[in-house]
Amino acid sequence: MSHSFDEISAQLRGRHRKSARLKWISMGALGLAGLFLVLFFADMLNKGLPAFQQAYVQVELEYNEDAASMGRAAMDPEVSRVVSRSFERLIPGMIRDNPDLLGTTEQRWVLTNGDVDQYLKGHRSKLSEAEREVVDELVDSGQVALKFNTTFFSRGDSKMAENAGIMAAAVGTVMTMLVTLAIAFPIGVMTAVYLEEFAPDNRLTQIIEININNLAAIPSILFGLLGLAIFINFFGVPRSSPLVGGMTLALMTLPVIIIATRTALRSVPDSIRHAAFGVGCSRWQVVRDHVLPLAMPGIMTGSIIGLAQAMGETAPLIIVGMVAFIPDVGASFTQAATVLPAQVFTWAGEPERAFVEKTAGGILVLLSILIFLNASAVILRKKFERRW
Amino acid sequence: MNIQVAERSTASMSRPESGQPVTRNTEANHELSIRVRDLNLWYGDSQALKNLNIDLYQKNVTALIGPSGCGKSTFLRCLNRMNDLIPSVRIKGLVEMDGHDVNAPKMDEVALRRRVGMVFQKPNPFPKSIYDNVVYAPRMHDLVSRKPEQDELVEKALRDAGLWEEVKDKLHQPGTSLSGGQQQRLCIARAIAVQPDVILMDEPTSALDPISTATIEDLMDRLKQKFTIITVTHNMQQAARVADYTAFFHLGEIIEYNDTRTMFSNPATKKAEDYITGRYG
Repeated sequence: MSHSFDEISAQLRGRHRKSARLKWISMGALGLAGLFLVLFFADMLNKGLPAFQQAYVQVELEYNEDAASMGRAAMDPEVSRVVSRSFERLIPGMIRDNPDLLGTTEQRWVLTNGDVDQYLKGHRSKLSEAEREVVDELVDSGQVALKFNTTFFSRGDSKMAENAGIMAAAVGTVMTMLVTLAIAFPIGVMTAVYLEEFAPDNRLTQIIEININNLAAIPSILFGLLGLAIFINFFGVPRSSPLVGGMTLALMTLPVIIIATRTALRSVPDSIRHAAFGVGCSRWQVVRDHVLPLAMPGIMTGSIIGLAQAMGETAPLIIVGMVAFIPDVGASFTQAATVLPAQVFTWAGEPERAFVEKTAGGILVLLSILIFLNASAVILRKKFERRW
Repeated sequence: MNIQVAERSTASMSRPESGQPVTRNTEANHELSIRVRDLNLWYGDSQALKNLNIDLYQKNVTALIGPSGCGKSTFLRCLNRMNDLIPSVRIKGLVEMDGHDVNAPKMDEVALRRRVGMVFQKPNPFPKSIYDNVVYAPRMHDLVSRKPEQDELVEKALRDAGLWEEVKDKLHQPGTSLSGGQQQRLCIARAIAVQPDVILMDEPTSALDPISTATIEDLMDRLKQKFTIITVTHNMQQAARVADYTAFFHLGEIIEYNDTRTMFSNPATKKAEDYITGRYG
């Protein structure tokens, strides 16, 4: 017996309702995820963007004999109360380096202290009523103003919030990543090439494969312990250095690169290998001339993502001592250094209000670098993707 | 070599053990290219080739026909050791070329493949330019080094493959931009660029349209002046059109190896006759 459309529709109604419900639930999940993301970014931007501005004051510097021993003496005592101590300390040095300055005067915009900065940004500050009046007057006369914070992007860490910057951490991150890349990329790619193109498929290679997959899932702090035990204690690599940090992160990144490379190699069609063997290529020539070039976009994407992951890593670096207080921009791979996420971690532990915005500012910088890296991974893949 | 007059053999005179064709093709060349004796091949535990004996002659087209899974492609891959790439394969028996056992441990498979080229079922040009596709292998084998030599070699190989006129203005475009039939001729040009002795073709036209197929068949007819061509085909008309000798495979055995004309007009075995007349396959 056949059914009319009405009968079938009546039966179908429940099924359609169910699929509509599922659709709404999944859209709700997406919306919720999006909402969290928006909230996170809004909060970070709100807290972090002020860090890119800093209060500066215009002072008249009088390089006299007293200033050569005590910087404060170079300034009008009234104004000197708003100037950052970090700048006052620089003055004797400036005179020592350049004795011609003695006896001259100069107009200059210099950092104010952190409390003035926070007061100008409308945050809570420890300024007394009298000090606030002085600052208000200076603002009215145009001698105190918020300007783009060059200090933040050019200095290392400091105990004075107004003088703290991320440059040292950024340089540390670059050096650490260079070490990681130099170690993890060649070893990872060659390991994957061996496993995928040369190794026989037997019990041993299967065990190796399972273990590599497991390594990728190990909590990163364990790699830090391994780095501490082997690199620092056994091989005596200097602690807190980009060298030991990079080596530790390389351990962590290796499995990611190996897995990405194997996937990329596997996606190269066998017909290309056969063609190459058919014209008399040796195994290594097949890999070098035909398989690797085709797999390169995939390998690069995987490596960049692995590197980005390593870049945001803090836990293993804490173990190998890369959370040190680093006021100077590092110059060598064996000097103590810190990295961006560790710098954020350090600032987050500071009690002063001014460091809250430094923390958020640091996160913004780290996030933009990570977004840039991931975007370049996508672009590389799109650009070099070849069809056959 | 002593060339016998074609003789009509009876079924009892069919000699699959001797490796020689039942009937001789009087027009064909009979210098030995590859001699195969008692060749057995296993994939794991299952035997795919059983006691094959066949003499393949130089500067002929030899077609291998037979139903799917009869071992003809497997046999073809024995001739340039492409089966080495499959880990579970085990081979016993003799494949001899130029007095050398190709399966001997001291035989270098790279040297073998330099003399025994291969064209595959699906056109598989390298994802490089047309020029680089052709010049890659000769450059790798150090046959050419200077640019003018390379240009000359590319032109010659493409001319021999009947592709020159169509691609001479776009040599630096990717090989994969060509049509299927052109890609297959590019693969043939790539194979002949290293001047091999033998070219193995594994169903070279099965992925192509009828016009491209006809072009490739003409090409095979011309190429046999210079090269020994051994081709696997599913298409019996194709075997009848292009081959001097035809070997009929069934369940891993060579049932009949015969002059093509005789094979299709008056086969010596019942099985070959049934297959050719379309009773199975």
